Amino acid sequence: MENQPTPSPTELRTEEFVVNIGPQHPATHGVLRIEATLDGETVKNILPHLGYIHRGIEKMTESMPYKQSIYLTSRMDYLSAHINNHACSLAIENALGIEIPARAKAIRIIMDELQRLTSHELWWGSCAMDIGAVTPFFLGFRDRERILEIFEANTGNRLTMHYIVPGGVMRDVLPTFVSDVKELLKKIKGYRHEYDQLITGNFIFQHRTQGIGYLSKEQAISLACSGPVARASGVSCDVRKHYPYDGYEKLDFKEVIDYGCDNWARYLVHMEEMTQSIHIIEQLLDNFPTGDFRTKIKGIIKLPEGEYYQRVETARGELGVYIVADGSNKPYRMKFRTPSFSNLGAVKPTTVGLKIADLMANMSTIDLVVPDIDR
Amino acid sequence: MISMIEFTDITAWIHSLLLSVLTPTWTYIVELALSGVTALVVLLVCVIIMVYMERKVAGFMQLRWGPNRVGPYGIFQVIADVIKLLLKESFSPNRADKVMFNIAPALALCVSLMALAPISWAPGLTMWDTNIGILFITAISSMGVIGILMAGWSSNNKYSLIGAMRSGAQIVSYELSAGLSIITAVALAGTLSTNGIIQSQADGWWILKGQIPAIIAFLIYVIASTAECNRAPFDLAEAESELTAGYHTEYAGMQFGIFYLNEYINMAIVSIIASTLFLGGWMPFHLPFDYPVVQTFNHIMDFIPTWMWFFGKMFLIIFFMMWFRWTFPRLRIDQLLKLEWKYLLPISIVNLLFAAVIIVLHWHL
Amino acid sequence: MTKKELKQYLEVTYPNMEVKETFNFPLLLVNKEDVIPVLTKLKDASETRFNFLFCETAVDRNPNFEVIYHLTSTYYHHDLEVKVILEDRENPIIDSVYGLWEAADLYEDEIYDMFGIRFKGHPNLRRIMLTDEWNGFPLRKDYQDDKIISL
Repeated sequence: MENQPTPSPTELRTEEFVVNIGPQHPATHGVLRIEATLDGETVKNILPHLGYIHRGIEKMTESMPYKQSIYLTSRMDYLSAHINNHACSLAIENALGIEIPARAKAIRIIMDELQRLTSHELWWGSCAMDIGAVTPFFLGFRDRERILEIFEANTGNRLTMHYIVPGGVMRDVLPTFVSDVKELLKKIKGYRHEYDQLITGNFIFQHRTQGIGYLSKEQAISLACSGPVARASGVSCDVRKHYPYDGYEKLDFKEVIDYGCDNWARYLVHMEEMTQSIHIIEQLLDNFPTGDFRTKIKGIIKLPEGEYYQRVETARGELGVYIVADGSNKPYRMKFRTPSFSNLGAVKPTTVGLKIADLMANMSTIDLVVPDIDR
Repeated sequence: MISMIEFTDITAWIHSLLLSVLTPTWTYIVELALSGVTALVVLLVCVIIMVYMERKVAGFMQLRWGPNRVGPYGIFQVIADVIKLLLKESFSPNRADKVMFNIAPALALCVSLMALAPISWAPGLTMWDTNIGILFITAISSMGVIGILMAGWSSNNKYSLIGAMRSGAQIVSYELSAGLSIITAVALAGTLSTNGIIQSQADGWWILKGQIPAIIAFLIYVIASTAECNRAPFDLAEAESELTAGYHTEYAGMQFGIFYLNEYINMAIVSIIASTLFLGGWMPFHLPFDYPVVQTFNHIMDFIPTWMWFFGKMFLIIFFMMWFRWTFPRLRIDQLLKLEWKYLLPISIVNLLFAAVIIVLHWHL
Repeated sequence: MTKKELKQYLEVTYPNMEVKETFNFPLLLVNKEDVIPVLTKLKDASETRFNFLFCETAVDRNPNFEVIYHLTSTYYHHDLEVKVILEDRENPIIDSVYGLWEAADLYEDEIYDMFGIRFKGHPNLRRIMLTDEWNGFPLRKDYQDDKIISL
């Protein structure tokens, strides 16, 4: 730059300017601030600023007993509350060597997959909304609402459930649970063609996503992306396949991998994952185990001194719970490796050089949940 | 022919009444004021209906009710909203260009309203029956972008600025193909006067008897005018998910309300022009054939009043624009310009040539 | 490689380093100076191919700091925990692994923000969560704040 002659005032030139997208902005879906350097419409650089919803969950866990710490995790990725609880409960169970009943395992997996469905449905609506279509948002919410009704009936809550606890689940499901979920899946399957008619087959949507937001396989690995973002770049990283937990190894499902590396691939991976989730739930419903829903564990949990790491697959990718225990009833240090935090790194390489509108499209297909980033 | 009260009778009666009490000059001035106020009131009523309709259409498409609390079926919701907007404070941001900021909405609205002058509302009901009516409308409507650019520039907000620049690029581009499709219809009709164009469709609308060029021109006009109104899928100037609210991010209260109103007035004008050029304005639906059955049919159609035809067509096109808005995702700026310069404009030019050949050879009915 | 095989491999390959195991993973204790060479070798060696840094964090073992790298391989799907102990509490500093994994950009920003551990060679080390003026580093065990309410 230095050795170029300075342009004279009359010469036509462009200048870069900085736009702060967020902390309150319709496309960030939360309080994330992105400092975007623009040259006209073209994005030149991206710098995310976090912390607007940083609650210090990791610090709080250090002063809370293990059982209470689990309640905080629902607040991280609020769209995968069940799965977050699951991760924590698993970490504690594995550390203590507790075997949980088959019925609890089945309930947990059904709840996880229903949670994944709700999350992907909401994602579908908000992704379409970021690209400019408002109507899909309502369709996504309609289907999500049906699942939330099941959550509400069985767990008592709709968003932050605290249903999965060490040893099993908090309370048994309703007697009508199996038939309810079967009914629900039938409905959701019936709605799927609307999704395809409205958005998947839409010419404008395809042009807005295909070939946009390229994230190569090497970059996805280097950035430690996980979940649908990495799988759309051809990285096989499904925790349910590679490190199965609670009986995923016995279920027949496909790890959805796409090699398109762009927004369209990410879209297709999300859509196909919904199909796979439905498939998983159906298998479990067909022979839903009877018996206990929880094994009795001691009132005060004390993990033996050591380090424990447990990962699960949330709707956004790999959630890791890293516990450093010192033998007391409180964790010495608890670290949550959240998927959105690492996936956030993918926003810059996918967007630089594209237009502002593509930044929104990329952010929505990368599927960031801001409380999950900040913790 | 038809024993019905026509608007011509009413206007003639008012004219003679005024002449009996005033001098001809004052009569002219009073008539101008009267017609202006009438057009404004009619248009505002239309806008209220359109806003209500948009919400109901959106609600219908999005599996919800839309407004249903204020008045029966929520019909007074729009009025309640206007009252709310009127009561809100209109403030301008710090370090904004205050004069420009406050003028911009008014300018945008004035420009839109000026385009009303040559519109032929019903037989004999035109404010300014000039022989260059359509040319006037095209000239005026291209000035609408100035209000938007002023709003975006003066707001001292980067989102507004980007929105305004987008809007500028978009409206200037899409004016071309909109203009070319208008010329196609004008060439078919052989006149620039709105009344003349409607009269030329007495035996059938141009979309029916103008062969393929008229249909293509109509479609291109609808697309291009949707873009000129900054309506989704071409709402890049607002682009809620990208620029929060685009050029009117900083506006509040009735200043925002005026931009909102402006959008709907533009939609109304655009659909009135489309119906004037291609769907025969207030002209009833006539088939251009000479069989007795067809003549009876044409005669029956004459019994539907002209104002019903006029507003029916207008709201039909408006409904289509709403349908676009609530189903399509938004285009990106480069795709938007590509669509215009690489597809719509060449097609319009070829279409115009094609239409010229048809006119020269007298192939149109 | 399984956990056991990996542990044996590490013991053979890095004889002068301590190899332990945690509940889940083998654990390699690395000196502060050797971080980059060891991690580069772990990343590139055809037996290990640890190309995925899925978690980088720190633990305050007052007075020491531990910086912990969790590595996995997208080829073999085996995991490893690498631990570095920093003894300088006043001015903890360690080499950044940004050159090996881009993911370290955000991870190290967070560690710096929460523990005050500086990373040499990091392109843009900043307080990512808290404000620049924030006093102290919250995840340190000796962090004091009047506003903390004990439940």
